[in-house]
Amino acid sequence: MTGEQHGEVRYVAKNMRLDLRLIAEMIAPGSRVLDIGCGDGALIDELTKVRGCDARGIEIDMAEVAQTISRGLPVMHGDADTDLSHYPDRAFDYVVLSRTLQAVEQPRAVLRQMLRISERAIVSFPNFGHWQLRWQLLTKGRMPMTSVWGKAWYETPNIHPCTISDFFALCEVEGYEVERWMAIDDAGRKSPWRRFSTLANLFGEQALFQLRRV
Amino acid sequence: MDQPEQGPIAHQSAVFTDGLTLDCGQHLPLLTVAYRTYGALNAARSNAVLICHALTGDQYVGEIHPLTGKGPWWDQVVGPGLPVDTERYFVICANVLGGCMGSTGPLEPRAPGEEPWGTDFPPITIRDMVRAQKKLIDSFGISRLFAVIGGSMGGMQVLEWAATYPEHVFAAVPIAAASYHSAQNIAFHEVGRQAIISDPHFAGGKYYATGEKPERGLAVARMVAHITYLSEEALSRKFGRKLQGSQPTPHALALFGDMFEVESYLQHQGSTFVRRFDANSYLAITRAMDNFDLASEHDGDLPRAFRGTRTRFLFVSFSSDWLFPTRESRAMARALNRAAANVSFVEIESDKGHDAFLLDEPDLRRVLGGFLQGCALHAGLENVAA
Repeated sequence: MTGEQHGEVRYVAKNMRLDLRLIAEMIAPGSRVLDIGCGDGALIDELTKVRGCDARGIEIDMAEVAQTISRGLPVMHGDADTDLSHYPDRAFDYVVLSRTLQAVEQPRAVLRQMLRISERAIVSFPNFGHWQLRWQLLTKGRMPMTSVWGKAWYETPNIHPCTISDFFALCEVEGYEVERWMAIDDAGRKSPWRRFSTLANLFGEQALFQLRRV
Repeated sequence: MDQPEQGPIAHQSAVFTDGLTLDCGQHLPLLTVAYRTYGALNAARSNAVLICHALTGDQYVGEIHPLTGKGPWWDQVVGPGLPVDTERYFVICANVLGGCMGSTGPLEPRAPGEEPWGTDFPPITIRDMVRAQKKLIDSFGISRLFAVIGGSMGGMQVLEWAATYPEHVFAAVPIAAASYHSAQNIAFHEVGRQAIISDPHFAGGKYYATGEKPERGLAVARMVAHITYLSEEALSRKFGRKLQGSQPTPHALALFGDMFEVESYLQHQGSTFVRRFDANSYLAITRAMDNFDLASEHDGDLPRAFRGTRTRFLFVSFSSDWLFPTRESRAMARALNRAAANVSFVEIESDKGHDAFLLDEPDLRRVLGGFLQGCALHAGLENVAA
């Protein structure tokens, strides 16, 4: 874990999500990086041009893939559930899965693949333990809907929601070392709940983890 | 316009008097490689792009075809301001070994003044084609091609280039291709070959002397193949069940003749093809495609073909291509991933079938142009800034 400022608002380059900025800052310059679900390639672009990384992407959406390749960045048109098994062991220093873990078919298998092909995994996901979700479920008895969880249960792509506590438990079971973690708000700013994971689980809208194979 | 007969056109070519030893073990005593170039080679000789043509393509990738009078065959991709920009890159396109546009093949004489090779032309492979191209590239003093690009059989050559000469290829773009020819594809080729061989004018391949070419058989071969280049959606969109102009009703049942528009379209494809293509050449090249299996050249292990490669790859497939379907391109891209190579892959949505790579596909242009741009930056090519 690193000691850094709480609640600091960071401003980012155009077209770059705040949480991606946080992720970029976690990655050592010159690393080999695979960004799963790379979208328009903002992160791998930043890593390539600013941090001198060998950064590649996987993306499921054809238009995004075309857009990213046309920016001169290497991208595979594919998905996390089926494509990771085709990479050799330790092919990367970091594998990034941002805001996607809850949407894959087999989160545990995907994490295993990530930590097979890479020394470290950086994972962000929306926290289903946030108080607003708990409150809605308690008071209305219906599946919660918030800006982060914006689609009805019958059409959400987020088929595997989990809480920060759930994720810690999975890391324990799987034997992954949590090197760093933080709760972040909806806009991707760090939340001040990082000392206490139960508080983070209540007040953090999203979570960002850096895992290492032990 | 009247179509001139084959032969009188003098194709630009390079002649290699040391010949070429083929995969089959035979040695061609004399090798001619017909080619065209576009744009200028820079002082460092680092901006060369090799375009590999498909089964029935040729070297006239960027200009009016001297025989048919038709426009450049890759006019969406190669030319000034296009993804393969002839104002930036030195573009080379060679007629493949075994072809019939001036390169050594069945139509060419064994030696100056002698009879054409005909069916005595030795069996060739995709790798033989690539070795012939390598001799041409060497003759230009180019040690490393900036990019090798091709669709369909051209994509097979791109793969073979990257596997055989990895240090000589900075970027490789196989489009709508596969690392081997499938049983279904071989089957379609065999129908075509049988059509040619069954034509009485084929005369065991010795038709050059008779003055009658196996045009009927070659046309049928082309018609069958052409169907495989399209998709059901494309055919339905273009023709549906439309009848030929003067046909009154479907009740005018006719066993022969072109009743439906799609029939006359195919017949037109067949009849124009025979004016520019040689039947023996078609046999030789389809055989080379059928025999292509890159993994088998590397103990059945495709990643081994690319182990340690530093070439940057872009694979492109088209969603409606059933001749070289997306799964083949994806399998190759994954094999490259296993070799830890720098590889991009995209399946482009299109209803135009295999031929989409030759047609107006804005996504293909965008992806290819951006990929080459990114590679140019990494290759340190000057004057190629965005």
